Amino acid sequence: MKISTLLYTVKQGFSNIFRNKWYSLASIATISACLFLFGVFYAIVSNFQNIVMRVEEGVSLTVFFHHEEGPLGDRCESHTPDQLPSDARLEEIGQMIARRPEVSKIRFVSDDQAWKEFATNSYGEEYAEAFPENPLAGEDNYEVYLSDVSMQSALVTWLQSIPEVRKVRYSEVTADTLSGANLLIAYVSLGIIAILLAVSIFLISNTVAIGISVRSEEINIMKYIGATDFFVRAPFVLEGMLIGLIGAVIPLWLIYSIYNYALTYIVERFAVLSGFLHFLSVEEIFHTLTPVSLLVGIGIGFFGSVTTVRKHLRV
Amino acid sequence: MANKEQLRKQREQMIEEQGVIYLDNVRKVYSTGSPALNGITLGIGRGEFVFIVGDSGSGKSTLIKLLLRELTATSGSVYVMGHDLARLKHRQVPRFRRNIGVVFQDFRLLNDRNVYENVAFAQRIVETPPAEIRRNVPEILATVGLAGKYKAKTKQLSGGEQQRVALARALINSPAILLADEPTGNLDPKNSWEIMRLLEEINESGTTVVVVTHNKDIVNSMHKRVVTMKKGVIVSDKEGGEYIDED
Repeated sequence: MKISTLLYTVKQGFSNIFRNKWYSLASIATISACLFLFGVFYAIVSNFQNIVMRVEEGVSLTVFFHHEEGPLGDRCESHTPDQLPSDARLEEIGQMIARRPEVSKIRFVSDDQAWKEFATNSYGEEYAEAFPENPLAGEDNYEVYLSDVSMQSALVTWLQSIPEVRKVRYSEVTADTLSGANLLIAYVSLGIIAILLAVSIFLISNTVAIGISVRSEEINIMKYIGATDFFVRAPFVLEGMLIGLIGAVIPLWLIYSIYNYALTYIVERFAVLSGFLHFLSVEEIFHTLTPVSLLVGIGIGFFGSVTTVRKHLRV
Repeated sequence: MANKEQLRKQREQMIEEQGVIYLDNVRKVYSTGSPALNGITLGIGRGEFVFIVGDSGSGKSTLIKLLLRELTATSGSVYVMGHDLARLKHRQVPRFRRNIGVVFQDFRLLNDRNVYENVAFAQRIVETPPAEIRRNVPEILATVGLAGKYKAKTKQLSGGEQQRVALARALINSPAILLADEPTGNLDPKNSWEIMRLLEEINESGTTVVVVTHNKDIVNSMHKRVVTMKKGVIVSDKEGGEYIDED
């Protein structure tokens, strides 16, 4: 193909948008509306998932070990001498736990530290110092944080199989509730996103199809004169892709502005809320939303025009 | 390369023997049942001027569609410029159509473009260099008497002027054949005669012209070959013939 022909085709693609400005506007409006709805829903679901994920990150279980009898005499059940862990073995167990894929973070808490934290949190620092001996002596433990709460029971089973482990403290209800909520959000959001995308694809490709069908006469004329399929199709496809691009950029820009404004508003007006609800930054949202919206817009513009023009090329 | 040359020679020989258009016992049956063309055999030689006349439903439009390879025959063979149209693949059709200029009753212009763009479009399709297009379009517009109107939008033109634009577009690539389907159907007598005068001039320069028409006055005044069709068959084919009104 000659460069002049290619340039002509590109020029026609751009000109067609202005020649058929009402159709172009209708198509852009449809694409924008669909992708706007999709974007808003995506932003809401992403934030909701992020909040649940943050809550999950705070869920921990505590691993206690066998030890010599403490000052209160009743903390440790019967154990054999080889079940008492040395410092090196404690460290080794800590490394084994940290290597587990479902573990996100692990923290060693010595018995002194445990008593100090407990007493300080519950009664104040003076109270802790009033005790001559540490009531939690021997209660060295690991606080284990999970990356996936649904794996908690598997981890607990594994921890309980370690001979030196005396007890694992955890909340089954919290883990089950959170993993259930997570699963529900995932299914519901996947379902709604799929429906929104399907509706968008249907609406957008129909708009593109109607726009091209109106111009079937133009395609017929081109074919009668001896235009190749490529020569006829290329400006329409380029036009479809440009309309898709514009239709995707408008809602992205709108959502960007609205989201930024809403985030600033919440942080300024509801500081308490933003203290425990962690909202995603605009960059985090647009990291995924931008390529998906552009791909959907341009992709539908491309495939919609290719398939519709093909129907009219059999002249 | 040798194969292509051989093919070209074969086509030339076929054109010499059978004409630029040759239909051999052609039948066309639509899915609705009755045949639109029922065993037509017709040859049109290089440089001829032929009127195809007949009532509605006689098969004239089907004939034009077969010649443009918009339709294919149910049986029989259609040869245009030595091409057997039944053997032509879809991707070969555009190149084949560049041998034929076509003019319709309803002009079929690109209404969102001006006169110049409508005519230049036909040259862009055949990838004529832009400098040549800029030279050729004003020349052909002058030939059809529209030199001063190249910037006008087609909808601003009269019916006669629009048909001239269609004629300029059909001729700019110097086709061997010009098919005109009811070219005067939407025109007043004055404009009709001007279009026919142009078609005659085009024919005199060597182009084969096939005109499908209902216009009895024009057919009877021009004394050209007249092929009369009725219910899908040719009922008469006479040089210098007349349009016989069956009613």
